[in-house]
Amino acid sequence: MSHGYGASEEGPYGLVAEFTSPEALMDAAEAAREAGYKKMDAYSPFPIHGLSEAIGFSDKKVPWTVFFCGLCGCFIGYSLEWYTAVIDYPLNVGGKPLNSLPAFIPPAYECTILLASFGAFFGMLAYNGLPKPYHSIFNTPGFQRASQDRFFLAIEVKDPKYDAVKTRTFMEGLSPINVSEVEA
Amino acid sequence: MATTPPINQPLITGQQSYATIDESIGRLVLQQRIHPRAWWIMATFGVLGTCLLGLSITWLVYQGIGIWGNNIPVAWSFDIVNFVWWIGIGHAGTLISAILLLMRQQWRNSINRFSEAMTIFAVMCAAIYPVLHTGRPWVSYWLFPFWNIMAVWPQFRSPLMWDVFAVSTYFTVSLLFWFMGLVPDFANLRDRATNKPAKVVFGLVALGWRNSNQHWHRYEQAYLLLAGISTPLVLSVHSIVSFDFAVSIMPGWNVSIFPPYFVAGAVFAGFAMVLTFAIPVRKMYKLEHLITDRHIDWMSKITMATGLIVAYGYVLEAFFSWYGANTFEFALFRHIRWTGPYSWAYWMLIFCNVVAPNLFWWPYARRNPWCVMIICQFVSLGMWLERFVIIPMSLMNNYLPSSNRPYYPTFWDIAMYAGTIGFFTMMMFLFIRFLPVINFFEIKDLLYKTIKKGNPAVEPVETVALSGGG
Repeated sequence: MSHGYGASEEGPYGLVAEFTSPEALMDAAEAAREAGYKKMDAYSPFPIHGLSEAIGFSDKKVPWTVFFCGLCGCFIGYSLEWYTAVIDYPLNVGGKPLNSLPAFIPPAYECTILLASFGAFFGMLAYNGLPKPYHSIFNTPGFQRASQDRFFLAIEVKDPKYDAVKTRTFMEGLSPINVSEVEA
Repeated sequence: MATTPPINQPLITGQQSYATIDESIGRLVLQQRIHPRAWWIMATFGVLGTCLLGLSITWLVYQGIGIWGNNIPVAWSFDIVNFVWWIGIGHAGTLISAILLLMRQQWRNSINRFSEAMTIFAVMCAAIYPVLHTGRPWVSYWLFPFWNIMAVWPQFRSPLMWDVFAVSTYFTVSLLFWFMGLVPDFANLRDRATNKPAKVVFGLVALGWRNSNQHWHRYEQAYLLLAGISTPLVLSVHSIVSFDFAVSIMPGWNVSIFPPYFVAGAVFAGFAMVLTFAIPVRKMYKLEHLITDRHIDWMSKITMATGLIVAYGYVLEAFFSWYGANTFEFALFRHIRWTGPYSWAYWMLIFCNVVAPNLFWWPYARRNPWCVMIICQFVSLGMWLERFVIIPMSLMNNYLPSSNRPYYPTFWDIAMYAGTIGFFTMMMFLFIRFLPVINFFEIKDLLYKTIKKGNPAVEPVETVALSGGG
């Protein structure tokens, strides 16, 4: 059964193994990476440190986005103050220079923070592809426990090394509670 | 000694598994029937207060700010006192969620959601005041820079303009931080909800979160960065609020110690408010295994530590008024603060903020919930009085003695203050009922680490079949 867009190709989404502990998931992820699998993901109720390294996932887009958004915020904030106070509406306030740098720092600073936080929040959502109400992984039997107390490892059909029989044998060798084939 | 030293207790007590954590936090939202009568009493109190707030705002907008006791020279009084008080209360939330996160203080995990909610509602209460104080709240958008046919721009050299930017940024960032923490918890509730409306609503707000490692990876990066940028933000907000006063030349306001002293005072008042809500709520919903005595103990210690910084501020303020050799500054202390018709406010402030929190040196006082509650009420009152002493009491005394004029609050001043307290209570109790009051995934992370460390007091129990889902 397929729902919505993006599930155009026929066939399963992949194989999903279920584990009871973070350690088991970590070992499985490491074994899968060493076996050469690439298109895979792990699912856990809380972030597990070291899991990204175990699965071989690295991404630094969020920090860079935050940095550039912060720079933009600083630039936009200060430009606004400079343009309004020096060019468009110059006012002599107590003989202070039109471009009153020290007084202009707080708003520029707040703009930096504001845009940086937008970068962090919306950047995180965008790179994660959220909001996305439907995803094939939700077809996994018992997947609602991924947010509670179970740990899952999914290897997708798209993986070049994927083979319906061999991958299943490999995953069963990782001592999961069960391995299920998940529909797209 | 009858009491065990809380320092040796783990941060999660009792036999816990991931499932029991889900159960003890999630039932507040998923099992609406468990809410005791106390919830209804508090919520009713909150709704009545909100009605009073609505009434006082309506009357104020209709009649103008003449219904308040403000006069010239006391142009700022209850409105600004309450603004500063509420903003300060919000600061503990950001301190707990951001600064303690950066310092890897894991005990924050069970109180951060709760105090972040407090931040948001406190900033809402705070923002009401300056907007109404402008006198024409229907044009309060003039505070923001935008192209307009009047061809004018806001004055960025004014600390009041800095305030607009600081407070609106603070509110937005706090809201994002809070919502971001909620997304994985919404996913948890979505997966555990048994009735259709709850599934749909939590499904929508969870944004399709699927607990994948890639999600968590970027999530943690973003969360840590948000904490990193919220830390200077929270320090800047109350510093900027204090600039509203410190930048002026009023005696009693023009004090260079204001920024750090205001920030410490904000955290002080904020922790007192966190404790004021945490103690009854953990009792009402039997959350003592997650918000343990050790948490209460540590929060009391922070309250005392910030209280001592504030006390140092009081000493320096008085010292500078004399040492600065400014006649007006010292006269303010001698004739308005130490003696004079409102001197009781100053001495009560000293009692509430300097004497009362020092009881926390005594371990019994930090471990007895009643004692902590009473001291926290003194702190909240004391911090309110501090702003009262600084704002209207300084303005009553001008450079020109002929323009000195006393200040008396009116019924509407007090009604609006009571109204915001009601609004805050209402929002907090709605929050307790409809959103997860403690962070699921951070507590699970803490439990995982506690088990890994092999803490004998917490035994991992075999995971049992869960209710819900399907």
